[in-house]
Amino acid sequence: MVELATRAATTDASQQAVAAVPNKLEVRNLTIRYGSDVALRDVSLSIREHEIFGIIGPANAGKTSFLKAINRMDVFTSGMRVEGEIHFAGRDTRHLNNVYALRSRIGVVFPLPVGLPMTVYDNVALSPRLRGINEKAELDVIVQRCLTRAALWDEVKDRLNALGSLLSGGQQQRLTIARALSQEPDLLMLDEFSIAVDPVTTMRIEDVLKELRQEVTIILVTNLVQQARRLADRTAFFLGGECVEIGVTEDLFTGEVKDQRTRDYVEGRFG
Amino acid sequence: MNTGTQALSNRATTAAVAGNFDRRNADWYVDKLIAGLVFVCGISAILFVLGIFFFVTREGIGFVFEKMDFREFFLTPYWSPSDAEDPEHGILALIAGTASVTGLAMLVAVPFSLGAAIYIAEFATGKTREALKVLVELLAAIPSVVWGFIGLVIMNPLLIKWFDVPVGLSVLNAGVILGLMAAPIMTSIAEDALKAVPDRYREAAEAMGATRWQVIYKVVLPAAKNGLLGGVLLGVGRGFGETMAVLMATGHAVNIPSSIFDSVRALTATIAAELGEAVVGGEHYQVLFTIGIFLFLITFIINLSADLIVRGIRKG
Repeated sequence: MVELATRAATTDASQQAVAAVPNKLEVRNLTIRYGSDVALRDVSLSIREHEIFGIIGPANAGKTSFLKAINRMDVFTSGMRVEGEIHFAGRDTRHLNNVYALRSRIGVVFPLPVGLPMTVYDNVALSPRLRGINEKAELDVIVQRCLTRAALWDEVKDRLNALGSLLSGGQQQRLTIARALSQEPDLLMLDEFSIAVDPVTTMRIEDVLKELRQEVTIILVTNLVQQARRLADRTAFFLGGECVEIGVTEDLFTGEVKDQRTRDYVEGRFG
Repeated sequence: MNTGTQALSNRATTAAVAGNFDRRNADWYVDKLIAGLVFVCGISAILFVLGIFFFVTREGIGFVFEKMDFREFFLTPYWSPSDAEDPEHGILALIAGTASVTGLAMLVAVPFSLGAAIYIAEFATGKTREALKVLVELLAAIPSVVWGFIGLVIMNPLLIKWFDVPVGLSVLNAGVILGLMAAPIMTSIAEDALKAVPDRYREAAEAMGATRWQVIYKVVLPAAKNGLLGGVLLGVGRGFGETMAVLMATGHAVNIPSSIFDSVRALTATIAAELGEAVVGGEHYQVLFTIGIFLFLITFIINLSADLIVRGIRKG
């Protein structure tokens, strides 16, 4: 009883806070096609500043396509067609003179770890260097901070000059996260980041994400519904290219759903 | 209060960030500049090919339309273009020469280079592997005139001695020489293709108890088949276009071979040997360029079919 009341209170409080904060990302009538296949159909949603927004759903739900559309990866993906509007930080991303500037503000972590074929240090220093930071002392600070935050520093601090592509799968995934953080992004998009990471490390990264919420907005695409429950303020359920439901995460898990399919999915009764 | 100021500062950063998305900075212009430069480079490759095709066609087209008898050209084996009274322009024997030498060369080179590539990529380790790779690359760098020299001076007497034939400059000689010439490059490409197959494929198959040969035959070779096919077709192209070694080792006699010990003459070698003595713009000169057009078309067809085959494999 008490717990319920507290939850209601926090929800109220967070909603009030939310009302004062502008939307980081607004998506209107987004449809994504690959040739004649529709990957995502008519999705509209808004993501608030400093929230962790979860996206759950089975394979082929259009989750990854959604992320790709946001940082305009469609430019280089042949056959991918995006219709609808995506407003990031108040700007319509379809009409930008400099799409690279947009991408540099959005950090992405792909499902399979990508340790670039350079040293661990250079992996993390790449983005700052692209921004024009070349001073060793400054880079050292950034590299250590990002690696620490990605829960990797202790493991690699003695071999920063080892090749990033030679780290283990889980370490490479954390290296990828460190690299995304080194962009100092406004928006961090994680696409099933825990696929190649052990549970202990996953929990450590989740803690980091909770802290990061103070600074960045996070979109968390995940296969693990419990991970969405642990982290996300609000969660959207995608299914077969359709956004079935968007709601406060806890509601989806306590059965306060508008659509039966959402309940079935979060309770694991789904083929 | 606190959240209020935070929201305000957020709005400020948001506005600043949004402004940047329109600012075309130096990086953006460099990107466009480089994109333009590489576009010019890419287009120029097409221009060069078209230019060469245009030139070769211009020199040879007069003969094709005015004097050429297609039946005589492709179906008769009589080649005497410099005969003042009755010049004959049949290239059947030359086609047969090129085809027989290339065919034999591939029979030698394909198994040899595939075997070598499999050994280097899958079995050899450490220093053996490194040494072999260096040696193979060294072999690939030997100039064709040296190979022709080997055919002329070493292979020729050996063939006469071993097989008791009057002349050692023959399809066999040129085929073996050409095969050995093409093998290093094919080995190198095939080895790259095999090395490009991820180790996790091998591990997955080995974990099921497959022997090394089973892993190679069932998993590695199918995964690498595009690259392997590319290597073989490059070898075919090499054999088709090779001039100097073939000129020296075939015996250069216009003849449809009835055995591998017969001397033949290749299309390319004919152009190389006769272009210098043909009168520029004359009939002989034009015929040689017509052969050039023919070679160009054949290479085009080989490349195109290779491309289609590779695409077909990709779809399948």
